[in-house]
Amino acid sequence: MKQKKILPYVLIFPTFLFVSVFTVWPTLLSLSKSFFKQRLNIAKYREPVFNGLQNYSDLFHDHEFINVLYNTLIYVLGTVPLTILAAFLLAQLLNNKFKGIGYFRLAFFHPSILPMVSAATIWMFFLTPDYGLFNTSLSFLGYTGPQNWTANPNLALFAVMIIAFWKNAGYYMIFYLAGLQNLPSSIYEAAKLDGAGYFRTTFSITLPLLKRSTLFISTIAFISAFQTIDHIFVLTKGGPSGKSTVLLYYLWQTRFENLDVGKASAVTIILIVTLLAFTMSNIMLSEKKEVPRG
Amino acid sequence: MVKKHLKQTVLFLVILVFALIWIAPVVWSFVAATRPLSDPMGRGDVWFGHSLSLGSYVKAFSLAPFGRYYLNTFILVTMVLGVQLITVTLAAFAFTYYDFKGKKFLFTFILLQMMIPTTALLVPNFSTIRTLKIYDTILAIGIPYFGSAFGVFLLRQAFLSIPRSLVDAGIIDGCAWWQLIRHIYIPSSIPTFTAFAISSISWHWNEFLWPLIITKSDASRPLTAGLVRFTQLGEMGAQWSLLSAATMLVIFPLLIAFLIFQRKFIQGFLHSGLK
Repeated sequence: MKQKKILPYVLIFPTFLFVSVFTVWPTLLSLSKSFFKQRLNIAKYREPVFNGLQNYSDLFHDHEFINVLYNTLIYVLGTVPLTILAAFLLAQLLNNKFKGIGYFRLAFFHPSILPMVSAATIWMFFLTPDYGLFNTSLSFLGYTGPQNWTANPNLALFAVMIIAFWKNAGYYMIFYLAGLQNLPSSIYEAAKLDGAGYFRTTFSITLPLLKRSTLFISTIAFISAFQTIDHIFVLTKGGPSGKSTVLLYYLWQTRFENLDVGKASAVTIILIVTLLAFTMSNIMLSEKKEVPRG
Repeated sequence: MVKKHLKQTVLFLVILVFALIWIAPVVWSFVAATRPLSDPMGRGDVWFGHSLSLGSYVKAFSLAPFGRYYLNTFILVTMVLGVQLITVTLAAFAFTYYDFKGKKFLFTFILLQMMIPTTALLVPNFSTIRTLKIYDTILAIGIPYFGSAFGVFLLRQAFLSIPRSLVDAGIIDGCAWWQLIRHIYIPSSIPTFTAFAISSISWHWNEFLWPLIITKSDASRPLTAGLVRFTQLGEMGAQWSLLSAATMLVIFPLLIAFLIFQRKFIQGFLHSGLK
């Protein structure tokens, strides 16, 4: 009997241990280190010195960091909703019964299998000025603007956003496709008899019925937007002059280029709080929406 | 009827155009990788060169230890998945089968890992890895993922849907707890295990930033981090066939596996979400 009582704890222990050491402990460690000044490249500050909320205060008074927050906001709000919208439209288009529809789905889905870093090297080549296929096609369509996308201060962030869009739209699409295929066709037939057009059907039937898919997709999309910087790393290095630096990239720079441990810990906490805020509001939103139905 | 036919054709063309746009980057990179090194893609070139060549692949192999990278990636994904399958199965079983004090607390505690992504913790985890003295090892890349809240969550769902009568039959037959896991819980949840395995493998195959930070030598670097070596070539220009070949070497195995097990992959990704 005694053995039975401790058995469940023993079974859970490995998972508990790894979550403690690599999730909970580092969160607490960052929190405590964020109250200290510690810079590994300055002899005077190699050992941590307590400085209260100075790191946070410095960050929010730093023009550069405000810019990083601004870029992050643009990046997240610019990619997530548009990618989800594209995924939804693609799913609708591909929920048809064409011959070879499987190949089309594959065409949109294949980027999600690729590592982001190789998606980035593929696009590095695709975006080459002068003869890159991207610019060649654009000038064929009459585009005469600047061509060096990743090195242009006004275009760099936009360029990495395009890649995220390209990579994720097909991934989110399969969740919508699965959702669409579960919807009863009788509703659509009824709507058709009532003379409802495409927009009416989409807004009054499809979208409300796929609300759960949308909430799920937006949760994973937001989290992935905050934690994927591989393409920025390869293509723009956050530049030019910080124009494509987002929160996680800034975190990497602060810790591994500037060796500023205190500040990096504060940025870690800010990143975690931001992520938690997004996840929590999504969960709350989904539960609120579920209540009237149940 | 004609109108309907026309609508279908237009729709088909729209999809076709978008599909071509979508595959263009990968196809173009693939094409560039086949050009001979003496005839690299340059201004005005958009398609295959005069002849097909594996020269870029050969050169990519000579510039970086791809064999080693493949092996490292393989060791990494198998190690992570292997450990995860054990930790996750045991925890999910405990949460399903037993009632004990603090069950709810422990479950919530573990779920924290889903809310605070490990990527965000790269700074403190870096110092933990240093403290553990395993910097620059494959173990260091994988160890933060040895416990998986996502896996526990997913498997618990699957375990909960196993009919009670089946478990009771096992108990009557005198199964000990590990026999229940082996003969009832695992066989009844194979699709969930497959789904989890696929998402774990593709996640760790693709991960880049953490391996890059936590390793410095080729002896422990996986494919994704190894690819960085080639990105400067692209910046210097005119090495596109080489960069493309290196990229293809990184993406081929997973892409081919995907093409073969397409249905399983997609099921796996879906499974990891909607249930």
